Amino acid sequence: MSSQIKKISETEVAIDAARNGSPLPYRQLNALIHEMHDEGFEVIHVKNVYGQRFICAGMEGNTTVNIYGTPGNDLGVFMEGPTINVYGSAEDQAGNTMNGGKIIIHGNAWDVTGLAARGGSIFVKGNGGYRIGIHMKEYKSKRPVIVYGGVAKEFFGEYMAGGLLMALGLEEDKGRWRDNTEHPVVGESLATGIHGGVIFIRGRVDVKSLGVGATISEITSKDKRILDTAIQEFCKHFGAPEHLIYQKQFTKIMAGSARPFAGFYSSNPI
Amino acid sequence: MHVRLKTAPRFKVRISREVCRHCERCTVNCTFGVLSHNGTEIVAEHDKCVACQRCAIMCPQQAISIIPGDIHYAPHSTFNERQRMIIYEQASSGGVLLSGMGTDLPYMSIFDDLLLDACQVTNPSIDPLREPVETLTYIGRKPKSLRVSQVNGSFIVEKETFPHVVLQTPITVGHMSLGSISYPAMTAILRACKEVGIMAGTGEGGLHPDFYQYGDHVNSEVASGRFGVEPKYLKNVAALEIKIGQGAKPGHGGHLPGEKVNKLIAETRMIPVGTDALSPYPHHDIYSIEDLQQLIGALKEASRYKVPVGVKIAAVHNSAPIASGIVRAGADFVTLDGFKGGTGASPRVIRDHAGIPIETAVASVDQRLREEGIRHQASIIAGGGIRYAADILKIIALGADAVMLGQAVLIAMGCRACQQCHRGLCPWGIATQEPNLVSRLDTDISTQRLVNLFKAWTEEIKEILGALGIDSIESLVGNRDRLRYIGPNPKIAEILDVKHVGE
Repeated sequence: MSSQIKKISETEVAIDAARNGSPLPYRQLNALIHEMHDEGFEVIHVKNVYGQRFICAGMEGNTTVNIYGTPGNDLGVFMEGPTINVYGSAEDQAGNTMNGGKIIIHGNAWDVTGLAARGGSIFVKGNGGYRIGIHMKEYKSKRPVIVYGGVAKEFFGEYMAGGLLMALGLEEDKGRWRDNTEHPVVGESLATGIHGGVIFIRGRVDVKSLGVGATISEITSKDKRILDTAIQEFCKHFGAPEHLIYQKQFTKIMAGSARPFAGFYSSNPI
Repeated sequence: MHVRLKTAPRFKVRISREVCRHCERCTVNCTFGVLSHNGTEIVAEHDKCVACQRCAIMCPQQAISIIPGDIHYAPHSTFNERQRMIIYEQASSGGVLLSGMGTDLPYMSIFDDLLLDACQVTNPSIDPLREPVETLTYIGRKPKSLRVSQVNGSFIVEKETFPHVVLQTPITVGHMSLGSISYPAMTAILRACKEVGIMAGTGEGGLHPDFYQYGDHVNSEVASGRFGVEPKYLKNVAALEIKIGQGAKPGHGGHLPGEKVNKLIAETRMIPVGTDALSPYPHHDIYSIEDLQQLIGALKEASRYKVPVGVKIAAVHNSAPIASGIVRAGADFVTLDGFKGGTGASPRVIRDHAGIPIETAVASVDQRLREEGIRHQASIIAGGGIRYAADILKIIALGADAVMLGQAVLIAMGCRACQQCHRGLCPWGIATQEPNLVSRLDTDISTQRLVNLFKAWTEEIKEILGALGIDSIESLVGNRDRLRYIGPNPKIAEILDVKHVGE
């Protein structure tokens, strides 16, 4: 197994996720990553990743994990602390039930990204699929952030209970950024069942695409600061021009009530 | 808009005027607003009474009795009293009716139609007081085969090993979250589990930091809301369990109303004070057995393969193929929750009308897994209406490895089964978060009562095992030949694969 590992320095190590041209099974690869993490390496490069699931599952600490290739589903699931840079695209459920840390994806990240995340941040340069950022929550200092540079599909922010979720509707081609004019920024049933947190969509949002319990609301000066911070970080990661992003107004979506189902039930004794 | 109709009360609180000393202790103890002192005497608003017995038990003069309402409904078999009350209430409120505990409808009990065998003459029984009778139970995957080889004259057993939870007795406490039950109730359950050597579920509410010390006896639940799920919650416990369904509300999610989310609950669930805690109906990352396999894989990866990962489902029509899929997806134990299982709050229409009995679910799941040759891959834990030691023995003989208790545990702590858990007003300090009510439950006494109950049932299990001539509970698992059916429906006996009495 040591043939897969190449020590670069006292703090940096590289793992080859493929052997003789075929991908290592996820359990073997993840065992190696955890082993390097336990040995105290601060930077772990994982090369030739090809769909292996559960990378950095439940990992704690401040390690940086750089992934080259396409990590499989559940990247960073239950994670609390590490920073993951993906030089490629992620599959489904990146940052599932994440508690802290950072995932930066230099490509697309498809369905259910950041499911039930309670902390940390996920920045995606490209597009997403269905049910992005659903059931995120926040608690005290923990406030999850998900920013998509591109567009996403239906049920964006469903069941949302906390945190910040954004989609910018941009696309990049050979270093040039422009608006994606082919697809709406997000699909129908936007924020359905939302009872906490806030969503910012770049551009106008049709009221008809809002889901149950979601309302469009005024952007306050506090919101503006939150937006600016998120946009700055997005541009820092992916080199997008800030002025282009600000060419369009943002729409803020939040819950009409923190108690969407009050009055739905009858508690009287029978 | 509420449009109330004055109806006949279910119960009447009768106060003996001769002995009442007007101490007003009853008015302080009643949490449902029934009793008050009008300046001259104690008066009752009978229609609010739920027969929780708190006033009657606490009255120093024993002056209070609670009797069935004496304004009778005209008899009608179709629209009986209950049906009429449901219609009155929903016409008043327009709401979905909620309820606590398991269904109170008089469904038949299959347990009561089963009789246990005993040894006579040809195979001797065992005296459990003087001979060893083992109740040790291992929850988790077992190896399919052992290879014994001889190396330099000594025997070596080669086998694959898998993580297990070791239970001293085939009993676990089901998932009741801090939120549905109070802090002292949760503390008592965990302490008792530690003392007896069994495990208790967390429910979907996370594990309060104070309870990490009981980690070796904790079964962490991962449900659709993922409340409280953090690395610590996954790594320092005895087992992990994905909750797909609950017997009292199959197919339904969870809803902890904002009123119950105080500072303590907020800290445990990790959500702001006063917000609704909604658990979605499905897990949004599970739409197939393959997706379930993925979440099981994620939990095993996150816990570094150190603990068994189980899946809990409500007992429903097709439990057997579902359980087969769950086991093939990698679950180390399957928890089946029958339709009589309890709840802190469920829509009454689901609690009372959905699911199937635990007896049939366990029998069909055990049968199916054995037929497919995968029974060794997972343990079966059964719950939902287990009332006493006899039920434990019968369900194990039908194919379960251990049981999961909920309502029996609450009753042991003093629950009167008034089914008002969802209102947060539990006068016995069990299913409430009101500080002055919570303080009514004594942790030490409750711990001891639970320890007593588990020990008593374990002794009864040993007594029956001895009578059956079996010296280990594991030999009773799926041993249906030791059961006979005495009920009215031979089809049930056929499904249970149990012979009729006399056969």
